[in-house]
Amino acid sequence: MSIHVSPRALTAVASWWRPVAGRLDRVASGVFILPAVVVILAFSIFPLITSLYVSLSRLGFSQGGVELKFVGFDNYRKLLFGIDRPHFLGVAGPLTPLGIAALIAIYGLFAFLLYRYARGATRTVGGLVGRVVATAIAGALAWLIVNTILTSGRPGTLVVTIVYVGVDVAVQYLLGLGLALLVVQHLPGRRFFRVVFLLPMMITPVGVAYLFRMLADTSKGPLYPLWAHFGLTDVSWVTNPWGARLAVMIGDVWQWTPFIFIVLLAAIETLPHELTEAAVVDGATRWQVFWRITFPQILPATTTVVLIRIIEGFKIIDLPNVLTNGGPGTATESLTLHAYTIWRALDIGGSAAVAYMLLIVVTFVGIAYVNLFRNRATAVA
Amino acid sequence: MAIIRRRRGSVSTTTVTAPAMLLSYLALFAWTFVVLFPLYWLAITAFKTPLDVNSGPFYIPWRDFQPTLDSWHYIFFDLREDTFRPYLNTVVVGLMSTAITVLLGSMAAYALVRMRYQVGFGAIGSFVVAVAITVVVVIAGGPWPLGVVAGIGVFVLLLQTVARRFRRGVANDDIAFWMISQRMLPPVATIIPIYIFFQQLQLLDTWAALIISYTAAHLPIVVWLMRDYFQSVPVELEESAAIDGASPYRIFRSIVLPLAVPGLVATFLFVLVFAWNEYLIALFLTSANAQTLPMTVAAQNATRGPQWWYMSVLILIMIGPVIAMAIALERYIARGLLVGAVKG
Repeated sequence: MSIHVSPRALTAVASWWRPVAGRLDRVASGVFILPAVVVILAFSIFPLITSLYVSLSRLGFSQGGVELKFVGFDNYRKLLFGIDRPHFLGVAGPLTPLGIAALIAIYGLFAFLLYRYARGATRTVGGLVGRVVATAIAGALAWLIVNTILTSGRPGTLVVTIVYVGVDVAVQYLLGLGLALLVVQHLPGRRFFRVVFLLPMMITPVGVAYLFRMLADTSKGPLYPLWAHFGLTDVSWVTNPWGARLAVMIGDVWQWTPFIFIVLLAAIETLPHELTEAAVVDGATRWQVFWRITFPQILPATTTVVLIRIIEGFKIIDLPNVLTNGGPGTATESLTLHAYTIWRALDIGGSAAVAYMLLIVVTFVGIAYVNLFRNRATAVA
Repeated sequence: MAIIRRRRGSVSTTTVTAPAMLLSYLALFAWTFVVLFPLYWLAITAFKTPLDVNSGPFYIPWRDFQPTLDSWHYIFFDLREDTFRPYLNTVVVGLMSTAITVLLGSMAAYALVRMRYQVGFGAIGSFVVAVAITVVVVIAGGPWPLGVVAGIGVFVLLLQTVARRFRRGVANDDIAFWMISQRMLPPVATIIPIYIFFQQLQLLDTWAALIISYTAAHLPIVVWLMRDYFQSVPVELEESAAIDGASPYRIFRSIVLPLAVPGLVATFLFVLVFAWNEYLIALFLTSANAQTLPMTVAAQNATRGPQWWYMSVLILIMIGPVIAMAIALERYIARGLLVGAVKG
């Protein structure tokens, strides 16, 4: 099929279109980026600011509807000092010798790091102030964690979330790195392993949660013979706080190890072989090759992928909500789930306050991590 | 002694001795078992009767128990509407939001790599002032159209006057960092205002609300991944096209996008998985009509207690398409997707 257009008409259209097209071309840089900027502004930045206001107010019922009443820092005070303190921060028990030892070790490490920086050549006033503040916050968090976990106390949602993130990311990293090193050897059938190891990442966290609920069932789950052997069939993981938390962490490790695996695998595969080959020719052992050559080279990828997992890990909600319903009590609640349960109880201000505390913690951990590890790693690489 | 040679490269250094190979395979199969056994258990539970599930663990179909299609029948015929509506919602919301996100995100990523931006602090400051004025008007009880108009007016006014005095500003890398750092934001910190926003527009529990929210939530990933991808695409083709008189839009559509297909496929798959599995935003924004599959699965527990046989069917049909895609596109994921993370 062809369309005949008279040359005159074409010229007419072109003469009308050219200025418009020219103008469009000139603003192309704006056209390309503005949609994304507008979406992020409208649905991330603006809600974030509004959320701050919501966190400073309380939902009240007046005649003819609801309204937000400004209450200042009441919601935060409630979380840190008031009735929500046991839920959010937990209950501190009397310190045990183990706890005291842990605290001394942690504070000693902080003091050493701070001392080394203060005596180092690269110190600046701003850097020192920043580090003192960061150390103070980290010290407070360490005190909180030790006092609620290593004692007879009860950890709150803040501590539980930090434990989830710390344990999960560490285990995922070790497993992911080990698997990547195994698969990168040129064994027959490695494509099969690559595909299989990727699968858990694709599965809905909600599905993973049910899956592990089924597996953790001690009376009709597949591990029944194992429980029967140890006489544990009447025990339910889900009624023991640490058992329930362990179940959540196992589910998270199962789901997200693939992510670290695939990134590290890609990183190792893109490394040039010359260095490794030279080292092998010179008689280096596999262990030396890994620690001296491979590991330093994948350090940038390592720090990035760990940062991503830390950030994403703090957002965990699906697993605890479905796997244990946050229970027993509030033992497995993460901060996001905490915010959701408060929201469901119509305390919108309190919910926004929890969300903001989460934001503060994520930002703090992220910045501290980048300053401690990432900059150093990329500077080396 | 077994020697496995590297396909690429001249000299093989990856010699694996027999004991090392055996150990490697042991470890690899151990993890394969850890990955596949839960999925196997899920699959066989979908074919069990309630009695089979409750009377103890049965492992092997036809030997330990007789597989049946009862649960499938229940999910597909008895619950027809309650299964298909969430499924349709998930498919529509997932595909639409992913398509929009990938389009907007790769446009922005491309622009951040190839075009130069210089946004003055004055312009940013005027914008912040304008937003602040809008917020104050709305909070003080004024009608929101008035607030928006006032905000826009102040913005234009400041932009044309005060803002011109500022010389310094933010450039491409700052904009990219700003966009990507949005991923750090926990969704729960923004969801309440978004809820109120859609409530005002009466869009709660609709596809539109979910599509818009997912787009905003996943844009940072696309910008991050595609920016690194575009950086690795050679610029010469675009330059010669530009010399031949092609417009930026044409270059983007006819040269850049076709060249970036592997990266686009990987990014699309990644974002689709996120949208397909998203839980928190759907939890806040939907109730009955626009409910997505993760909500349906999660709700099974609340309404009827843990009925593993039905739940297994639901989870299977939910993860089926995503797993099929992951297997088909595995090559792309490894290569195209994680350029960004690998580069650091």
